[in-house]
Amino acid sequence: MKLEANDLSFSYNSHPVLNDINFKIESRITALIGPNAAGKSTLLKCMAGVLEPDGSLIINEKDVKDLKKEELIRSRSYLPQDSKTNACLSVFETLLLGMVHSLSWKVGEEEIEAVSNVLEYMGIEDLAMKNINELSGGQKQMVFIAQSLIRNPQLLLMDEPTNGLDLQHQLELFEFIQKITKEKGMTTIIALHDLNLAARYADNIVVMSKGMIHSSGSPSSVLTQKTIQSVYGINADISVDTDGILWIKPLNSVRKVFRS
Amino acid sequence: MELPNKEAYESLIRRKILFFILFISAAFLAFLLDIAVGSSGLSLYEVFSTIVFPASSDPTSSVIVWNFRLPKALMAVFIGASLAIAGAEVQTILDNPLASPYTLGISAAAGFGAAATMVLGLTLTSFAGNVLVSINAFIFSFVCFFVIYFIAKVKSASKELIILTGVALLFLFQALVSLLQYIATDDQLQNIVFWLFGSLENSSWSTVTICLLILLIFIPLLAIDFWKLTALRLGDEKAKSLGIDVEKLRLKVLICVSVLTASAVCFAGTIGFVGLVPPHIARMLVGEDQRYFVPLSALLGSLFLSLASIGGKICCHKGVFPIGIATSLIGVPFFLSLIIMKRSGSF
Ligand SMILES: Nc1ncnc2c1ncn2[C@@H]1O[C@H](COP(=O)(O)OP(=O)(O)OP(=O)(O)O)[C@@H](O)[C@H]1O
Ligand SMILES: [Mg+2]
Repeated sequence: MKLEANDLSFSYNSHPVLNDINFKIESRITALIGPNAAGKSTLLKCMAGVLEPDGSLIINEKDVKDLKKEELIRSRSYLPQDSKTNACLSVFETLLLGMVHSLSWKVGEEEIEAVSNVLEYMGIEDLAMKNINELSGGQKQMVFIAQSLIRNPQLLLMDEPTNGLDLQHQLELFEFIQKITKEKGMTTIIALHDLNLAARYADNIVVMSKGMIHSSGSPSSVLTQKTIQSVYGINADISVDTDGILWIKPLNSVRKVFRS
Repeated sequence: MELPNKEAYESLIRRKILFFILFISAAFLAFLLDIAVGSSGLSLYEVFSTIVFPASSDPTSSVIVWNFRLPKALMAVFIGASLAIAGAEVQTILDNPLASPYTLGISAAAGFGAAATMVLGLTLTSFAGNVLVSINAFIFSFVCFFVIYFIAKVKSASKELIILTGVALLFLFQALVSLLQYIATDDQLQNIVFWLFGSLENSSWSTVTICLLILLIFIPLLAIDFWKLTALRLGDEKAKSLGIDVEKLRLKVLICVSVLTASAVCFAGTIGFVGLVPPHIARMLVGEDQRYFVPLSALLGSLFLSLASIGGKICCHKGVFPIGIATSLIGVPFFLSLIIMKRSGSF
């Protein structure tokens, strides 16, 4: 699917956070990177329909405002940066809620099967009947990732999905996202702080800084020492391994933030 | 293909239905007992036969049951259900387990309306006086509701704001009630205090009908949004991204909750506890899938109020024991024992 943003702007209580964002993305993994408070989460929320920005968001040549609500809900899903809840629900029920738009009074066979499938391929079947609040941080994150995948979205928006995940889960998550994005022709946008993951798995990188898009393009064209220095304020060593994947090694901070 | 998780989910659902059946039986039994217990005792069999075969039953017990006991017992059931449903939904839309229908200040406003009528010199014993007290209580609970609704509406239904407005109004109306108590005569003061404790003494077939109608209208209105309300528990942002119009949903539920609370409070005064604790117990037993959570809360609310009514009658033979006090005296030990017995915390 094609996604296009034209002059997206957003302010929280007249405090501008996004200024005239423009981009075009098509059917692949885009990593959204940038320092804290750059506006990554805000941009994702605007694309997810959680916030209503000025400007227009175009999906497959159609403005989202003209799309049918039903269609829109079905086609995109969003994973928040921190999904905290004190709800007293089992993991199974939490996953069902990922399909809340189509649930009727009695839960259908299809929906039960969808939950069972997502539990299985994410390897969390044994958590199914546990209370969501009795899980570890990483387990909880896996459940919410599963919830965002259950609708088979065409547009997948994930805000720091690796939060709380161990190395194995991080790696497998990205392998999996890469696979489904390719197979299903999805557009996946992931806000990330791990530049090495971004360099390794993203087809496209968008760098945000102070509510604007600083630069965008392929990992090798965007992740340069110059960009990293001006956006993050650090010196980094960038090398290319034998598979052609970039490795970014942070060296030192150019201008200190901490005053210790 | 056999899915192990499907099995597990189905047994989870069966367990929830089992709790439902268990408590529907308990509530029904308590309801019959509530009719049987009183200054002239009836056996459960007599109660049952008088209700089922009114023609062939003893005329005295028929009058006792149909004119006095049945309306009160039904009121206990309906008011218990109304307050518990209102409590469950207030806790849901405000994402706050400590909230109750009274957090919104509606009951305090109703109390002020009632107290104002009494202090203005209308006696509680006359029929017109009673009706006026209820009507005035209703009017003031709606004044309170409209203020909350209006503020919520302009401020995009933020839950913090709803709670703060509710609590502010609660204090305002409580202060006004205190003022009325201060200037009231001794008789009026006693009436006000009695009303504030809550009681089912003013039940009649017309109040029963009104309460039942309100339940019949508002339960389905809430039920069509049960899945959305369950999803709201995952947070506003998540709910919005799932395609739920959070603001609209919250305002709609606010209306339902206000009417349910107002109808209960206007006819029976401020009965505490029933709006707060039954939803907690329901949550501990079946979780927050609203399809089970809300009906079970309602059943528990009815059960508690019936038990309180029975307890009140047993403890206090001649006079009338304020049911609001009995609910807390019976409910709190039960609730505490549940908390202590329950090993893994679910709220
Ligand atoms: N709910 C809110 N109300 C007001 N201001 C907000 C709100 N959420 C974010 N902001 C502000 O918007 C700016 C961008 O925040 P955002 O969460 O989009 O940053 P981010 O790029 O996701 O940062 P991080 O990497 O720390 O998650 C920040 O200056 C923040 O203070
Ligand atoms: Mg963020």
